[in-house]
Amino acid sequence: MSNENIATTAVTKASIYTRFTGHQGVMIGAFIVIAIVVVALFAPVLAPHDPYHQNLLTRLIPPVWDSRGSWEHVLGTDHLGRDYFSRLIYGARISLLIGFGAALISGLIGTIMGVMAGYFGGRVDMVVTFLITVRLSMPVVLVALAVVAIVGGSLQVVISVLGLLLWDRFAVVMRSSTLQIRSMDYVAAAQAVGCSTKRILMTEIMPNVVNNLIVIATLEMAHAIILEAALSFLGLGVQPPLPSWGLMVSEGKDMMLFEPWLITIPGVALFLLVLAINLMGDGVRDITAPENRN
Amino acid sequence: MLYYTLKRLALAALVALTVSFISFGLLYLSSDPAIAMAGETASDADIEAIRQLYGFDRPILVQYFDWLQRAAAGDLGKSYYFRTDVSALIGERLPTTMTLGVCAITFAILLSVPLGVAAAIRPNSIIDRIALFLSVMGQALPSFWFALMLIVFLSVSLRLLPTSGSDTWLHFVMPTVVLGYYAAPAIMRLTRTGMLEVLSTDYIRTARAKGLRPPVVLFKHALRNAIIPVVSLAAVQFGFMLGGSIVVETIFALHGAGFLAWESITRNDLPTVQGLILVFSLFYIVLTFFADLINAWLDPRIRIK
Repeated sequence: MSNENIATTAVTKASIYTRFTGHQGVMIGAFIVIAIVVVALFAPVLAPHDPYHQNLLTRLIPPVWDSRGSWEHVLGTDHLGRDYFSRLIYGARISLLIGFGAALISGLIGTIMGVMAGYFGGRVDMVVTFLITVRLSMPVVLVALAVVAIVGGSLQVVISVLGLLLWDRFAVVMRSSTLQIRSMDYVAAAQAVGCSTKRILMTEIMPNVVNNLIVIATLEMAHAIILEAALSFLGLGVQPPLPSWGLMVSEGKDMMLFEPWLITIPGVALFLLVLAINLMGDGVRDITAPENRN
Repeated sequence: MLYYTLKRLALAALVALTVSFISFGLLYLSSDPAIAMAGETASDADIEAIRQLYGFDRPILVQYFDWLQRAAAGDLGKSYYFRTDVSALIGERLPTTMTLGVCAITFAILLSVPLGVAAAIRPNSIIDRIALFLSVMGQALPSFWFALMLIVFLSVSLRLLPTSGSDTWLHFVMPTVVLGYYAAPAIMRLTRTGMLEVLSTDYIRTARAKGLRPPVVLFKHALRNAIIPVVSLAAVQFGFMLGGSIVVETIFALHGAGFLAWESITRNDLPTVQGLILVFSLFYIVLTFFADLINAWLDPRIRIK
């Protein structure tokens, strides 16, 4: 590789870096997401109490800003006397795990289907488009609730069910981006030189659709987190005593009229995480493919 | 147009058939209805008797075609819990959900289309910023939590609205806002991009150049063209809303189909759950079918492709 080539790559890398750091949404989103990831990773160190330890003598202590609160339990305690701050911290692990897990499974399914449909076209495309239509016709919440109710709610089940349901947007976007790339001259060149299909897919197509893949992955991650919270809230997601944020809202619901902070705190945490992930996703799309903004 | 309609109809029928098979298989493969029906105290012989009585011992395909045949005639079986016909049960609950859905989509359109148009007229203005802010917020706000917050503020603190039930129109205000707010961001964004695109075309410049008043240019020339994709998106969002109604109806105790779905799932009432999945899916399929037809009618390029 000539020096000139190296220089241009260095320049683009630097400009991409400044484009990212100059984008307000990405920076705010990334800051919140990284903070929550760090909190989730170091939960055992950061949590002041055991999130599962019940103590009926210290039930429903309000947070520290309330006149009845104390620094012993910064965010108070729930109806079983468990420290709310510690549960919130451990809850971040569940939300992130659901987000990553579901996006990984659905991303894998959707990308394989979308890239195949876009690259091969014809019958393959017809089948994939048909499957996407079928999937979109089925109500996600209803199907997820029904399956979780039958199979039984556990973290693994919720991740798999969401992963198997949320691949539609991956498939749609990967299909259209592959269609675009497929008509490029360099793909025709690779075919003319006699590259294998596998090689063309891996070295010509994939690197050029990966930006879109990242954008959809972040948005679907947020989608999965919100859905898990809704499922757990309805009692058919992650089961107690796990500190899922949706479950915490559901457990606090009966007392929300007297102790509104029981639902405010986990709700705000959920809102912030989803907002931050969406800001990152929207920002990455603005930077890498401004033409896809809508 | 006729050819396109027929082609689209065949696709819709095929999708409906596949969805019915999946929803049937999903629930029958993952559970044993005989055990659920017999109850916890039943002996093995009882379960076996029920299995033979209802034909659960037959191959799945035979059971599926049997079910499909009766479903096509409007018979979705009997609810395990209510002991009545599932189709009658759903028919009884559906009007509430439809009312809620129509209110919510109207609210969403009334909120998002004017906002999207205003944002497109002056990009990067304060209105555009506010619209973007609202849409980013709307996407991150969990609907169940938003609903609870509304209850705490509007019903309990201010005592403005009733919290649960479906007796008067006041009972529909909060569910409408929660469900509609969820669909608004997507419609707003699409209206905004559509308007931006149309406003930069030559015919708008011509319209302006020949001295038409700005409102005429904006609404007669621009919005009419920009609204075409919004129509189909609104139809799709309306279909998704039925699914979203499960959460909203459960919280506000609105006795609609969504609440019925949640009740039936927690009670292991399989025929009702199956019937609801089928009805919700069919509704979505019919909606998108008509949306596609309207689109093809408005935009001839679609039906030629």
